[in-house]
Amino acid sequence: MSKDYKDNLPISASGFMDEFMRLKRGSVSRRHFLGITGLGLATAVMTRFPGALSSPAFAAEDLGTQMSIATWPNYHDPATFENFTAATGVAVEVNVFGSNEEMLAKLQAGASGWSLFVPTNYTISTYQKLDLIEELDLAKVPNFSQTTQNPRFTSEGKIDGKTYAVPKNWGTTGFSVNTSKIKSKLTTWKDFFEIAQTEADGRAMVHDYQLTTIGSALVSLGYGFNSIKAEELAKAEELLIKVKPHLFAINSDYQPSMRSTDAWMTMCWTNDGAQLNRDMPEIAYILGTDGGEIWTDYYAIPKSAPNKAAGYALLNYLMDPANAVKEHIANGAPATDSRIIALLPKEITSNKIVYPDEASLTPLEFGAAVTLTDPGRAELMARFKSA
Amino acid sequence: MAITPETKKRLVTAALLTPASLWLFVFLVLPFIAIVVFSFGERAPEGGYQASFTFAQFANLGARAAAFKNTLMLAPVGAFLCLLVAYPVAYYLAVKASPKYRLVLVSLVVVPFWTSLLVRVYAWMYILGARGLPHLLEMVGIENVRLLNTPGAVLLGIVYSYLPLMIMPIYVSLEKLDRRLLEASADLGAKPISTFFGITLPLSLPGVMTGVALVTILLLGEYLIPQLLGGGKVFFIGNALVDLFLQSRNWPFGSAIAVTLVVVVVIILLVAMRIAWRVAGTRQVDLV
Repeated sequence: MSKDYKDNLPISASGFMDEFMRLKRGSVSRRHFLGITGLGLATAVMTRFPGALSSPAFAAEDLGTQMSIATWPNYHDPATFENFTAATGVAVEVNVFGSNEEMLAKLQAGASGWSLFVPTNYTISTYQKLDLIEELDLAKVPNFSQTTQNPRFTSEGKIDGKTYAVPKNWGTTGFSVNTSKIKSKLTTWKDFFEIAQTEADGRAMVHDYQLTTIGSALVSLGYGFNSIKAEELAKAEELLIKVKPHLFAINSDYQPSMRSTDAWMTMCWTNDGAQLNRDMPEIAYILGTDGGEIWTDYYAIPKSAPNKAAGYALLNYLMDPANAVKEHIANGAPATDSRIIALLPKEITSNKIVYPDEASLTPLEFGAAVTLTDPGRAELMARFKSA
Repeated sequence: MAITPETKKRLVTAALLTPASLWLFVFLVLPFIAIVVFSFGERAPEGGYQASFTFAQFANLGARAAAFKNTLMLAPVGAFLCLLVAYPVAYYLAVKASPKYRLVLVSLVVVPFWTSLLVRVYAWMYILGARGLPHLLEMVGIENVRLLNTPGAVLLGIVYSYLPLMIMPIYVSLEKLDRRLLEASADLGAKPISTFFGITLPLSLPGVMTGVALVTILLLGEYLIPQLLGGGKVFFIGNALVDLFLQSRNWPFGSAIAVTLVVVVVIILLVAMRIAWRVAGTRQVDLV
């Protein structure tokens, strides 16, 4: 049963890619979900009645009825957007991505349709240079507090004293191991690549993402995570191609395979590590003692945002500690704002996956802007995948 | 000037064809021209396209030789496997099945097409994943079997997904088969097997060729199944394109590969059509 004749048209190539990328991350777009359940129509009808769902706080500016956010898999409490819709009447479509490169490609191609998105620290300077994001008008984000932010995780949102992005949360890139399947004790990226070829033969996953896959291979060889030196990249390529026949998959959406125990070991981001460990305690999260990545994800507003008013409204909503704390409980990534940390339950702030010891963070590196745009790393990744 | 009936007919034809021609021009020809222009350009320093006129992208096609090789092997192998499974099904539907149930059976072949391919591939991911068949095997003592993300899983997915596209053209050509020819063959003393190879199979060849061409061409652009059932470990042209446009943002190189792929598809199509016409043409002459 379709509500619109468009629903019966064959899917377009780009529409198909969008749906596929979303489903590939194990996620369905909010609009699709709302559409098939009829909730979208119900919301649309409700918003036609003044006062039925709107809140006086947002009455001053017309926010429209729809906006779109681009973000990462397993990254939000679904209730957040539902509550935002209930408070403002703006339905939020969630676009899920697997890499910063994909986000950048989509924005570069134009007309992404996003009014808010979640880039990672090392990409912001490139976005600013390409004039793809706008300087944030912090007056429209009164819930954001500069003074309660940990400066370690916020500096990359500011360029030449102007704020282009405000932090969502930070995290690390380590690896998850199903300890009921793998008995060896792993502590380093060197261990990861060794066990992938032996005890975890056919059961290990690496990201479909050059930054972390190449970076971790570099670290395991004793080089820097961000290296773009030709001879070091050549060694990393050699290692990756040697490991490849032993891999289960090259995929950044590793939770489904880890949960089904098809995969026993994977490169992993903090929030996924925390979620996996919460639901399956045998899945341990390990930070390489030889190094790896530390990161911050930010919120930014594209210059091309079709609904900036709603983008700011959602950003402000997400910056409210009372809302943000629910997000952090749901996604399991550490907060950058001390007001949120104060509200988090003790079992989260004492969780070593989420808030590791300072010492284990020391060897980690933030991604560098140059790795995002370096064609050498992109080609290496392609050669690895086509090998 | 009076409009002759002939002119009027032509004007009507032109008017009827205009929407389709415009549609094709705007949504097929123009984007393709853009891709061709991109393919002679350069990658901008931050990624994307930068105007230029160079053949460097085409000279670099060798860097994706593996993707071309894998795709050019997968497409015919996949199409052949589909054909092996599809022919008996089409034969049964067109020749053996009782006319009473034929429509129902044909619908059963088509109905899965109404469900999104993604959903169906996800179902296979579940069946082949550790909670599906391997779990059942574990119950009978066979442990740690891995079916998902293997070449076998990719081939299975391909045969499953493309089967209706192979069955339908073969079914159509078999359905048109003149039964009197079969009777004549039997009357003249041919065994069923000779009748099949002497009459049924040759007469269904146009359908077979259409099916093979259809499946091969679609397989040349296949991206989803190797990614989801193969774990993204084997790189096809479709995967190379996605990577070049979305990851390394090298539009000119991606465009050069896309243009090359279109040329390959056109060549395959022309060859397949020529063979199909020849087969169909001569047989039809025989029939008259």
